[in-house]
Amino acid sequence: MTKTIKLLCVLTLGLLISCGGKEEKQKEKIKIGQKPKTEIKKEEPVSTEIPASKRITLDNKGVGKIKSITLDPTIDNAMAERGAALFKTNCTACHKTNKRFIGPNPTGILERRSPEWVMNMILDPKLMTEEDQCAKDLLVEFNGAAMANQNLTEVQAREILEFFRTL
Amino acid sequence: MKKYKFQLLSLFSTLMLLTSCGNNNGQNKSNGALNSNAAEKVYVAPGEHDEFYAFMSGGYSGNLTVYGLPSGRMFKEIPVFSQFPTSGYGYSEETKPMLETSHGFIPWDDSHHPDISQTNGELDGRWIFINGNNTPRIARISLTSFETEEIIEVPNSAGNHSSSFVTDNTEYVVAGTRFSVPIPQRDMPISEYKGNFKGALSFISVDPEHGHMDIKFQILMPGFNYDLSHPGRGKSHGWFFFTTYNTEEANSLLEVNASQNDKDFIAAINWKKIEDYVNNGGGTKMPAKYAHNLYDEATHTATSTIKKEVLTVNPLDIPGAIYFLPTPKSPHGCDVDPSGQYIIGNGKLSADLTVHSFDKMIAAIESKKFDGEAYGIPILKFEDVLAGTVKSGGLGPLHTEFDGKGNAYTTFFISSEVVKWKLDTWEVIDRKPTYYSVGHIMIPGGNSRKPFGKYAIAMNKITKDRYLPVGPEMEHSAQIYDISGEKMELIYDFPTHGEPHYAAGCPAELLAPKAKKIYRLDENKHPYAVKSPDEAKVVRDGKEVHIYMSTIRSHFTPDNIEGVKVGDKVYFHITNHEQDFDVPHGFAMIGQNSSELLVMPGQTKTSVWEPKQEGVWPFYCTDFCSALHQEMQGYVRVSPANSNVELSWSLGD
Repeated sequence: MTKTIKLLCVLTLGLLISCGGKEEKQKEKIKIGQKPKTEIKKEEPVSTEIPASKRITLDNKGVGKIKSITLDPTIDNAMAERGAALFKTNCTACHKTNKRFIGPNPTGILERRSPEWVMNMILDPKLMTEEDQCAKDLLVEFNGAAMANQNLTEVQAREILEFFRTL
Repeated sequence: MKKYKFQLLSLFSTLMLLTSCGNNNGQNKSNGALNSNAAEKVYVAPGEHDEFYAFMSGGYSGNLTVYGLPSGRMFKEIPVFSQFPTSGYGYSEETKPMLETSHGFIPWDDSHHPDISQTNGELDGRWIFINGNNTPRIARISLTSFETEEIIEVPNSAGNHSSSFVTDNTEYVVAGTRFSVPIPQRDMPISEYKGNFKGALSFISVDPEHGHMDIKFQILMPGFNYDLSHPGRGKSHGWFFFTTYNTEEANSLLEVNASQNDKDFIAAINWKKIEDYVNNGGGTKMPAKYAHNLYDEATHTATSTIKKEVLTVNPLDIPGAIYFLPTPKSPHGCDVDPSGQYIIGNGKLSADLTVHSFDKMIAAIESKKFDGEAYGIPILKFEDVLAGTVKSGGLGPLHTEFDGKGNAYTTFFISSEVVKWKLDTWEVIDRKPTYYSVGHIMIPGGNSRKPFGKYAIAMNKITKDRYLPVGPEMEHSAQIYDISGEKMELIYDFPTHGEPHYAAGCPAELLAPKAKKIYRLDENKHPYAVKSPDEAKVVRDGKEVHIYMSTIRSHFTPDNIEGVKVGDKVYFHITNHEQDFDVPHGFAMIGQNSSELLVMPGQTKTSVWEPKQEGVWPFYCTDFCSALHQEMQGYVRVSPANSNVELSWSLGD
């Protein structure tokens, strides 16, 4: 038994050493789950499920205190500016407006989500990821990186929403 | 073989001993449980909150611990006078100034007597004060952030023991000296102590709005040892009482030589009178050197200032402001009942408690019935001021608290017990053992005008067999008594951290609703704060490198930094961008000669690292912040001192 362990240790050590590599610019040395080339067939993945970030759930208002929001047809620029400032300090650590980052890119968010859903997500992300299916799926899709509650007021969340409309 | 037999025998006898001890304990416990539903009384169900906060001094830990009553659960250790690697207090650049003194940086002290701020003699829950005993200091701790906000050093004092007690409206927090010393300090023979040393009693004013402390005046008293003190309450508001020992003024073998006099004194000080005197230009300004350290919650940064002068008062210059009340046998505890009428001096070498009457004291002063004087200070006649004596039958009385229902509870160190007795009649109502050698006792609000007389906590000096043994060094034990009935009932026993001397308690609803949950990022005025992640940057200033870094679950911005060189002094200024309750992030750098940092939501803290070797060195978050906590890490590339690697930083690029 102990011999086996010792052997394993030596093997692991060997593995570690070999992983260390000599050259600074080595490419990926770990190859996992790759099938031999001969078996590759050009087939689309079987799953037809759309990832949560691409799903359109405009009818879903989410879970939380925001029940109904009516958006004015014209964007309130002053409000959007305040929202932009809030977004910058409170959200940009995880959300970028030009790409997917820790969390989703909010550009075009209102084509996929209802304004109520967006505000509920900002105001109580914990409740949302517990009770809203879309938020749950997003959490999984984004690597389990739970959204931080930034303790914003309803007014502030509404301003951020207005900013999202400008994106 | 012989040796083996001997070992077996000793093992056997030790076992027997242990077993028999165990049995006794078991009996005690089962008796207690049979008497009542003690377990129910201390049981706070999972998720429920305690009824009271208890703040226990840490003694030689230098800190203050927060407990819940009646559960005895510890919630927090608040670093005060000691460096605290758990949070980085005293290690971070922002908090190092808190531990500055006239002697330089001191990483430790011995904290003794916490006292909660008061208004009209009732707990108001704004701040809690505590004294550093060894290098005399008084600290003020916020009871919204539960963090130390201010520390003031007390010059001319040594062994800051009769401290830090607050007057009825927190006009003053008072600090008395246990050692008398030459004032000013000078080179002189120790044997010339008598008549030459002085005892400084310091009245530190507290700004009613911010709580900022300032030494208003110091009374330079005769060279006795000023042991403990208590402010007058209600009718005696405006007076302060200090117990003394070593009125013999011995400078060696005090164990014998300070116990020669049958009576020492309680010094009664009319501080209102002295306040008037100094407000009208009285007193002498004297050169001194003492640190005043102030933490600013907006900048999350402390500053230390050395003060150069203190106002001293010679008692003889204010006739009628100070009197001595003879009190038997080296009195230790000095306690005043909620009405302010009774001043209790516990002669620690006596079996009895001496209770002085404030009314009788005033009458004796008015009729000038003096029994002599000490260094020009009038001594009142013992019989003229005595209200009564509690004949308890216990040994070594130390401290007394009150329940607000006409009862007093006095601890007896030598006979290990708490004695409940009645004010006015002095009759003993009940006595219960403590385990073991009790020092202070605390009833929430029990030294104020409005006690909450439900629980009393005895803080013991000796633990011995109360808990599972953990080697020679043990935490001290405390016992909770239910004092709501006629008889006291021991309901719980719990270990305390450090050596709690005294404690202060208050109802939970006084503090819980206003306890701070986060620091607002938009109120952060730290000069190195990163208010939004795009402000993150790395700046070189000669050999100093300042890294402006932000954190949120679960990454550092930036997390890859290059261009640091061997010999640089690297400052990590870390701002936590979380704005949610209880989401701190930690920071630790490999090989750093410092502690980690815990950065609270919205806060900025700074950690210094001086890389000594080239390489690529990792840092990580030490607080399990999210499911991706283990991914919260980064690297700093350290190049040789003469390298041309440009400063650069990035995240995810």
